Amino acid sequence: MGRTIAIRIVLGLLTLLGVSVLIFAATEILPGDVATAVLGQGATPETVAVFRHELGLDRPAYVRYLEWLFGAIRGDFGFALTNKRDIVKTMSPKLFNTLFLAGYAAIIAVPLAVGLGILAAIKEGKWVDRAANIVSLAAISMPEFFLGYLFIFIFSVKLGWFPSLATVFNSMPFEKRIYTVAMPAVCLTLLVTAHMLRMTRSSVLSIMSQPYIEMAFLKGLSRARVIFVHALPNAAGPIITVVALNLAYLIVGVVVIESVFVYPGIGQFMVDGVTKRDLPVVQACGLVFAAAFVILNTLADVLSVLVNPRLRKPR
Amino acid sequence: MRIFGHKPTVTAWVGIFIVGAFIIMAVFAPWIAPYPEDVTLEGIASYAPPSATMWFGADQIGRDLLSRVIYGARTTIGIAFLTTILSFTIGIVMGLWAVVGGKVVDQILSRLVDVMLSIPLLIFALIILSLFGSLFTSVIGSLVVLIFVIAVLDSTRVFRLSRAVAMNIVVLEYVEAARLRGEGTWWIIRREILPNALPPMISEFGLRFCFNFLFVAALSFLGLGVQPPLADWGGMVKENARALGFGLPAPLWPAAAIALMTIGVNLIVDWILSINARPSGASAEM
Repeated sequence: MGRTIAIRIVLGLLTLLGVSVLIFAATEILPGDVATAVLGQGATPETVAVFRHELGLDRPAYVRYLEWLFGAIRGDFGFALTNKRDIVKTMSPKLFNTLFLAGYAAIIAVPLAVGLGILAAIKEGKWVDRAANIVSLAAISMPEFFLGYLFIFIFSVKLGWFPSLATVFNSMPFEKRIYTVAMPAVCLTLLVTAHMLRMTRSSVLSIMSQPYIEMAFLKGLSRARVIFVHALPNAAGPIITVVALNLAYLIVGVVVIESVFVYPGIGQFMVDGVTKRDLPVVQACGLVFAAAFVILNTLADVLSVLVNPRLRKPR
Repeated sequence: MRIFGHKPTVTAWVGIFIVGAFIIMAVFAPWIAPYPEDVTLEGIASYAPPSATMWFGADQIGRDLLSRVIYGARTTIGIAFLTTILSFTIGIVMGLWAVVGGKVVDQILSRLVDVMLSIPLLIFALIILSLFGSLFTSVIGSLVVLIFVIAVLDSTRVFRLSRAVAMNIVVLEYVEAARLRGEGTWWIIRREILPNALPPMISEFGLRFCFNFLFVAALSFLGLGVQPPLADWGGMVKENARALGFGLPAPLWPAAAIALMTIGVNLIVDWILSINARPSGASAEM
């Protein structure tokens, strides 16, 4: 079992390494580089050459990649091109804000979605199931910003219950922060809950079509007992994967939602970096997001090994 | 009424009606829209409230919002459609190549896709667009870049599915028979595998369309997709966001159009799915 888990973790680390190569290479294989992107097309070749030298772009790509990678491991992403500030120093409070928002949404969404998903599976075809199906389909179809602006329009402009901009600062007291961030967090919750609910429902239902479940029914057990004692322990693995996958989805949803509510998080930071063509910032944020994604997926793998004894023996 | 020999359910009809209406809107935009797409109207203030002549009101520089929503159907739906077709072409060709091309090709393509899938698509697109965006300054040029970038990223998902589907077909007897009578690889792909792999891919096409549609809208909303003055639903939401502060629902119209279109396509896809059971390896959610 320890070996299987170790293998999963090593695989996760390898993926992370591959991801870092890809993030670096994606900006290398394209024609043009940071220097031409920042200076624009009107710049003379001499200015571009000087700027390239200043940024160290005239050295081979693999040297710059290794420098970047080892810098990143030590927690040093270099300096932003636009304002020459230390990227890690600018990024860490924003990262905290984003984690706060995502965690807030996750704490509400996970129990809600798993509970409702199981309920919908138990009541398959009944009105609870149908209502959950229609509402979650609608929520999936909505772009994140539609929900966001709808909330702002109703709850801050018309009713005046919540602030329309989620402005937070470091010295803010905790209750105040919870209140200010409530609307973006609820938006994210709705979006993620819809996905998670549908996937939880279908993974419980796929277990329900197994022969041993039919056997349990034929023995005359009640539906509730079959689900809680026979189906759920086996559905736990898939459900954990679903939860992790959707928490990873939360990371992406955060980018748009932060932009809607002008929330000072890492998603906004990245989008700003893209519009200003600040490549070191974009790469750093990209790596942080991708790392969170890989870590969540690896965690899901490890947890599903822990809950399902059949996966403990390496095949 | 029957479509392809199947009777649509009520929800499927709703979906067909919504999607049909949007397509008519997109095709006949110049005849339907009361005002031109990108002309500031005389004597109209920014964010003019809805009135009898302008049902949705005006946008931030006094253009008719309803007309822009109608024209926006062209841009947003058109781009998403082109992207999905391109992504399917790339994905299916690569997927079939991985199946018939031997173990080495399969391993290289599959591992590359694995790594690409472990970066969230939006994040990946942002990284690429941060450099690519500056290369093309013309509107058409930036559209081509946008379509190409999203199609390549999205084709990783199509690759997974088409590979899984083709894997099940390639072991069947008729493929073996074709190989034994000495047909070439390309012939086998085109005449034996492709016709049998396509039916399960149809519903996937609808799902990928929804995904790309929302993806284009999100990128435009972030200011990195379709560039002004083209009317585009995602970008219009951003442009008009400040109107909310004046108590006007201006950004909600294009956003609602996006939501409605996605719901319509999803309803149709749900119906197609209920006709033929889904192949394994397909993912509706991501």
